[in-house]
Amino acid sequence: MKALRPLAVLALGLFAAAAAHAHKSWLLPSATVLTQDQWITVDAAVSNDLFYFNHVPLRLDNLEITAPDGSAPAPENPFTGKFRSSFDLHLDKPGTYKLALVNSGLFASYELNGEKKRWRGKAEDLAKDIPADAKNVEITQSAGRVETFATAGAPNDTALKLTGKGLELLPLTHPNDLFAGEAAKFRFLLDGRPAADLAVEIVPGGSRWRNAQNEIALKTDKNGEISVTWPAAGMYWLEAALQDKNVTVPRATSRRASYVATFEVLAP
Amino acid sequence: MQLRQKLFAALAALVAGGANAAGLNVGVEIPKLDVAEYHRPYVAVWVERPDNSVATNLAVWYQQKGGKDAATGKQEHGSKWLADLRQWWRRSGRSASLPIDGVSGATRPAGVHTLNFDDKQPQLAALKPGKYALVVEAAREVGGRELVRIPFDWPPAQAQHADTKGETEIGKVSIDLAP
Repeated sequence: MKALRPLAVLALGLFAAAAAHAHKSWLLPSATVLTQDQWITVDAAVSNDLFYFNHVPLRLDNLEITAPDGSAPAPENPFTGKFRSSFDLHLDKPGTYKLALVNSGLFASYELNGEKKRWRGKAEDLAKDIPADAKNVEITQSAGRVETFATAGAPNDTALKLTGKGLELLPLTHPNDLFAGEAAKFRFLLDGRPAADLAVEIVPGGSRWRNAQNEIALKTDKNGEISVTWPAAGMYWLEAALQDKNVTVPRATSRRASYVATFEVLAP
Repeated sequence: MQLRQKLFAALAALVAGGANAAGLNVGVEIPKLDVAEYHRPYVAVWVERPDNSVATNLAVWYQQKGGKDAATGKQEHGSKWLADLRQWWRRSGRSASLPIDGVSGATRPAGVHTLNFDDKQPQLAALKPGKYALVVEAAREVGGRELVRIPFDWPPAQAQHADTKGETEIGKVSIDLAP
């Protein structure tokens, strides 16, 4: 939606790296199932606990919103504070909205004059920023999506279309039609092809008030599909990530692709 | 005498003709609640198929567009909260165009409310023979939400009565079927 700014990419790259270790990135909508012509407000943050903003905000520079008719509405009142970013969105068209933070970037590690160096940035800056005499250059490409969904009125599928790039989720059960005690099916695709044997983690919100993560660990089948039966109503965080050699940047040797989504499960 | 007999016969035919139209009468009790802040509940009444799809909507009571909020006197668009009737919203409301003719109505006070339908009315005219359930769902602002079901067969072979009772937001719900 907006042009990528190097600083934003840098920040997102950092966050993506952090997410790989421990922290969780997420978008949290104020509501997901609404009547027509309503507003939602959405928080974006990185934290350990779900869904509490107590670590760092997720920047909104790479926010892509898709409306039910496929158009790209702009968020209103965007702000980034100490712990979270927020924005409002007017759901002025009937149907399903997809909200996605789409980040991409490169990490590199190399040695220069016997000293270990690290670098994060964009592909076009690679040649300029890493000296030609650097040794043991290892470049990893990263691509990640952090998504959530909201529906005003009857759900539709226009905004759920995939780009065919990176790791994506195709909801076989509509993401705004999830109920406790019912099974939902999702298909994961990597560059548009089913991502088989992929580890998927689902963690219920409210983790501040319990001792365990209560995570649901799943693995995709040969069609890239998982089925989850929601144990209770509430907000859920889903993450899947993988590393492979399918790079698009010439000097990169590996790629890290990640996908995160927040789902609201209603009481029946 | 003869005239009187004829009249009687005509009346009897009329009554019988009336009885031939299968009927479905519903009673919904909105309980009187002793709470600090009371708002009338939103209520949906519908007929559900065994797969939970909606066969027909009978009533949806909510604050109509342009209504005034009882507490603040502010104009409010009450349809915003219809999604709180979450089963009804999922099964029917979200794909309906509001208001629904002959179904949408204003919120109602505590007490027993009756709804009477016969098979000539649009709500029941298209109801195919089979197994159904009467569903009543209520959601109250700053209060709770509850849903009750009463299964029944349509058309009824004989006059039937069934009732159930909610625990919090819904009082007694009854269904009376006439063949």
